[in-house]
Amino acid sequence: MKEYPVLGKKDTRSGFGDGLLELGKKNDQVVAMCADLTGSLKMGAFKEAFPDRFFQAGIAEANMIGMAAGMTIGGKIPFTGTFANFSTSRVYDQIRQSIAYSEKNVKICASHAGLTLGEDGATHQVLEDIGMMKMLPNMCVINPCDYNQTKAATLAIADYEGPVYLRFGRPSVPIFMPEDMPFEIGKGIMLSEGTDVTIVATGHLVWKALEAAKELEGKGISAEVINIHTIKPLDEEIILNSVMKTKCIVTAEEHQIAGGLGESVSSLLCRTIPTPQEFVAVDDTFGESGTPAELMTKYGLDTIDIVTACEAVMTRK
Amino acid sequence: MADIAQLKSVSSQVRRDIVRMVHANNSGHPGGSLGCVEYFVALYFEILNHNPSDFDMDGFDEDIFFLSNGHISPVWYSTLAHSGYFEKAELATFRKLNSRLQGHPATEEGLEGIRIASGSLGQGLSVGIGTAMTKKLNGEDSLVYTLHGDGELQEGQIWEAAMYAAANKVDNVIATVDYNGRQIDGDVDDVLSLGDLEGKWKAFGWEVITEDNGNDMESVINVLNKAKTLTGKGKPVMILLRTEMGQGVDYMMGTHKWHGAAPNDEQLVNALGQLEETLGDY
Repeated sequence: MKEYPVLGKKDTRSGFGDGLLELGKKNDQVVAMCADLTGSLKMGAFKEAFPDRFFQAGIAEANMIGMAAGMTIGGKIPFTGTFANFSTSRVYDQIRQSIAYSEKNVKICASHAGLTLGEDGATHQVLEDIGMMKMLPNMCVINPCDYNQTKAATLAIADYEGPVYLRFGRPSVPIFMPEDMPFEIGKGIMLSEGTDVTIVATGHLVWKALEAAKELEGKGISAEVINIHTIKPLDEEIILNSVMKTKCIVTAEEHQIAGGLGESVSSLLCRTIPTPQEFVAVDDTFGESGTPAELMTKYGLDTIDIVTACEAVMTRK
Repeated sequence: MADIAQLKSVSSQVRRDIVRMVHANNSGHPGGSLGCVEYFVALYFEILNHNPSDFDMDGFDEDIFFLSNGHISPVWYSTLAHSGYFEKAELATFRKLNSRLQGHPATEEGLEGIRIASGSLGQGLSVGIGTAMTKKLNGEDSLVYTLHGDGELQEGQIWEAAMYAAANKVDNVIATVDYNGRQIDGDVDDVLSLGDLEGKWKAFGWEVITEDNGNDMESVINVLNKAKTLTGKGKPVMILLRTEMGQGVDYMMGTHKWHGAAPNDEQLVNALGQLEETLGDY
């Protein structure tokens, strides 16, 4: 299989922060808003460089979302930043009416998504956000996999006209996507070709999918690995082409099974090419306090879980 | 200076439109709509610097209005039509299938004059403040106007926005509360009292003007002009506008019962008998 050397380790939120700073220099219509989490969102550099275009909303997320919608009228491109749970469930109705239904050009940027937030526990570990956001008409949903891809995605969404939900995380994770790779919204990336089983992963699980493919290779199983960074709109073509070849699929994500990438994939496949599928995702439960690594193990989101799922799904062909 | 008689004449027609629109599909919100006619007519025919014949979402160098309590859409639609944003014949499509005149205002089908959806309450003040900040960034001295129901002030987001605007000196926004004292379930004081509303807005750092004659055209124009003189001085401006829900139709006044109820055929005839047709019915 294709090798992806580790280029370093960094948190995806830093990719957002660095991307936002670069955007600030490139596009003077870009403004940023934050709800008292400037440091956590890595928005400090933008704030420092462009104080007139940075708006501290305080711990008042509903108002921040509404103001962001209003700021688009007159041409600004607001990037809002807070934790993923405060970016979605806390302000769902504001996003639904003032941004999605009103088709406002707001970029909702959400850090600390999923279990890898770690010790803060389930109140902060949102695992339903992809589902909530993808259900909204007009909303584009993106979950990049590493620092480089998050930075590229941050730059790309400024050029996309319309509401976007950009999801990233807290922990330091391997960097393996090329620094200069342009980000194409809605276009999956074929990471490694294979013939026996398809693994479609998003976010932090993409690296684990590559690790799993390597383990499977040692067992004589050829896995195809696809990086689906954009959950909506979904790149249907890359998935359908793959399952036509492999005849089975595993989806992997740091999210509930309900509402996640896996559900989007199964919805596509049942309408087109009914295909055996296994889900590596959280199964209808909240998280808890613990280290990110402990949590990923306990809730079944590790490399070994993807390997096991691949072996299981292959028996169902 | 405005020709008050002419504005009153427009108001009468807007009131006819409201009751006819709501009657025609047996749904909608006539009470608050009727109570806010003077505000809308004064705003669109006298106060706003706007460009009805060439609507533009961004509204550069124009004053911009947001209706936060979207359920009183009939008064807004009628005023927009009579101002020249779209043909008044389109008022006949209100709340009907495939209409641009949705039950609550929406932007999806590009209805001229509407810049954001509203209906779920409490969101419009934040939106208005956001647009006001963009105007400042763009170096414009135009103003942003918002309208809210008094019951709507029970939504927490309103107070988040109130705090933000004062703390950040967003002084190019003029918010108005339709202070009619009534909401769906009854009197605001009985449902969830707002207490000392003027004191609350002052404590939040706003410049507050209370106008007791919100259904008197001259008083409404005067208070809006006074509010304009208070902008640009470091504080957001709030007008608490005392109005009568159902104003102009006697049996709809003095009660909360016509907040969201439509008149039947007989009641329509009765209402229209009280409202002179001045500009021609749609």
